[in-house]
Amino acid sequence: MDFILASVIDGLLLGFVYGVAAMGLTLIWGVMNVINLSHGPIIALGMFGVYLIFGAFSLNPYVAILIVAVLGLVLGVAIYYVAVQRVINAPHLSTLLATFSVNMIIIGLGTAIFSASPRNVEFSLGSLTLGPITLLGTRVVAAFAAMLVAGALYLFLYRTRYGRYIRAVANNRDAAELMGVPSNRILALSFGLGTMLAAIAGGLIATFFPFTILAGGAYELKSFVIGVLGGLGNPIGALFGGLILGVLEGIIPTFMPTTWVPVVEFLLFVLILLVRPQGLFGAKS
Amino acid sequence: MSENKVAAPAKKLRFMPQLAGRPYLGLSLTLAVIVIMILWPLVTGKDITRETVFTILLSVTLASSLNILLGYTGYVSFGHVVFFGLGGYVGFYLLAIQGWSLWMAMLAGGLSSALLAYLLGRAILRLRGAYFALATIGINEAMRAFINNFKPFGGPIGMTLNFQVYRDYGGASQALWMVFYTMGALTLLAVTVSFFVRTSKFGLGLLAIREDEDAAEVMGVVAPKAKTWAYVLSAIFPGIIGVLFFFKNGSIEPAPAFRLHFSIETIVMVMLGGQGTVLGPVVGSGLYQGIRGYLLTSAIFKNIQLAVAGGLLLLIVLFVPDGVIGWLRHRFPFLRRVLQ
Repeated sequence: MDFILASVIDGLLLGFVYGVAAMGLTLIWGVMNVINLSHGPIIALGMFGVYLIFGAFSLNPYVAILIVAVLGLVLGVAIYYVAVQRVINAPHLSTLLATFSVNMIIIGLGTAIFSASPRNVEFSLGSLTLGPITLLGTRVVAAFAAMLVAGALYLFLYRTRYGRYIRAVANNRDAAELMGVPSNRILALSFGLGTMLAAIAGGLIATFFPFTILAGGAYELKSFVIGVLGGLGNPIGALFGGLILGVLEGIIPTFMPTTWVPVVEFLLFVLILLVRPQGLFGAKS
Repeated sequence: MSENKVAAPAKKLRFMPQLAGRPYLGLSLTLAVIVIMILWPLVTGKDITRETVFTILLSVTLASSLNILLGYTGYVSFGHVVFFGLGGYVGFYLLAIQGWSLWMAMLAGGLSSALLAYLLGRAILRLRGAYFALATIGINEAMRAFINNFKPFGGPIGMTLNFQVYRDYGGASQALWMVFYTMGALTLLAVTVSFFVRTSKFGLGLLAIREDEDAAEVMGVVAPKAKTWAYVLSAIFPGIIGVLFFFKNGSIEPAPAFRLHFSIETIVMVMLGGQGTVLGPVVGSGLYQGIRGYLLTSAIFKNIQLAVAGGLLLLIVLFVPDGVIGWLRHRFPFLRRVLQ
């Protein structure tokens, strides 16, 4: 019983971090109906950002994540202007392929620079023991950081002028433009926020899991599953979706082999797409 | 004419087949290009040429099959490799474990892929746009994860062929030539099927769905049925050549059989040549494999070939979305009769 409880709590902690990654994906979808296929490599860049900053300046990884977040935002805005802007109104195939080509460029350069060998950030916060349950310090902090990020995103979207602009553009780009919202710049900002969240999630994961430049792919697929669970375009739904996936990943291995986890995940994903494409918590609000 | 009735609602049929002209000219040209490719290794007599051409023919078949769904019907199947992998696995199992002949195994591989497409089609083709694309990714990943756990297919280790098997086909080196010619024949067949789909009334229905699905339904195209059959048609050849490919390979594993990247490469080939045209996937596959081969062997680009390929893809998507053939047809209208 304790074993299951420990798995569930561990899964929940991971789930918060998955949630942040998926929030990035779903925010971009919600605002501009683009599935960002460069999401995974950006998560991987977040990991490498923390790894490099921590290695070079011995900076606390959580401070490094702040720097990585800013870089992620800038990178996202750049990707929007170079690759997405021109095809934003084209059929889905164009945006899928445009973001996938960014994926290829990042992975291509990344493997040339970093090779595909595994890295890890040599950082530990010890562990926390609560009765029968032992939790890794880095995971607890990561979960809190993820909650903080989710809260900040919520406040930004619902309490600031730019957040209101983003929601307006998501709702109806033409009407927002007529009301004087610079919609193209707002789209660039939204894309940047999406990649920022991906980079933060990558940075947080790097504090407790080893990784390679290709590691982002798995988290990208998880983000798809979570995004669909929570309703594509609904960032808060994505956070809950992340928790559901985290708990599933914690519970499933207690009664069947771990290798079955992806089978269950992806079947659930296809099933939800078919039965409830708006997700468990409703699509874009 | 009933054909006209079906096509009428579409606002702009960019690649309207020339029913009145000489449609077979386009097919003959396309087939001639492929026959020249098949004969090329005979001229040079080198094994390396044969391997290069084999890769191109494989790509042409996959791209032409995908084009039926992607180019004609407008549904983006991102996980199309699932049919290649599943067909390959079923055929390989029958070949290696049950001792079937290659031909029966290929047939079984194609049929199992078609069956999967039929069962899936009814369900997931209701989804549109990016939702459909995501669902196909999910299905491919679910299938890969499942095969990874499926003991009869060898789980994560996969299966290997006993070398003795090649003896029935005249020894290993003879078998390679036989596989090559079989691939060539299948490519010709796949492209011919793709041509007849495009010029048929069924194909016009698909084009109408691509332009405006709701309008097509109003005008009498039974969209769910047409889409499902397009999906089934686009799945058969990948299933068959999956068996052929892994027979040649001698072993099969989940990761190479269901590699998502492979699917996306096929989409790139269709885009590069021109989606919705018959010749496009042929030209696109040749160009893509040519560029890739060059990048992989060039001293400057070898290490960053993926990044360079990504950059090229981005340029195509942004500036030449109709692909080579689409662009030529648009730019030089008199070529439309020849370049189908």
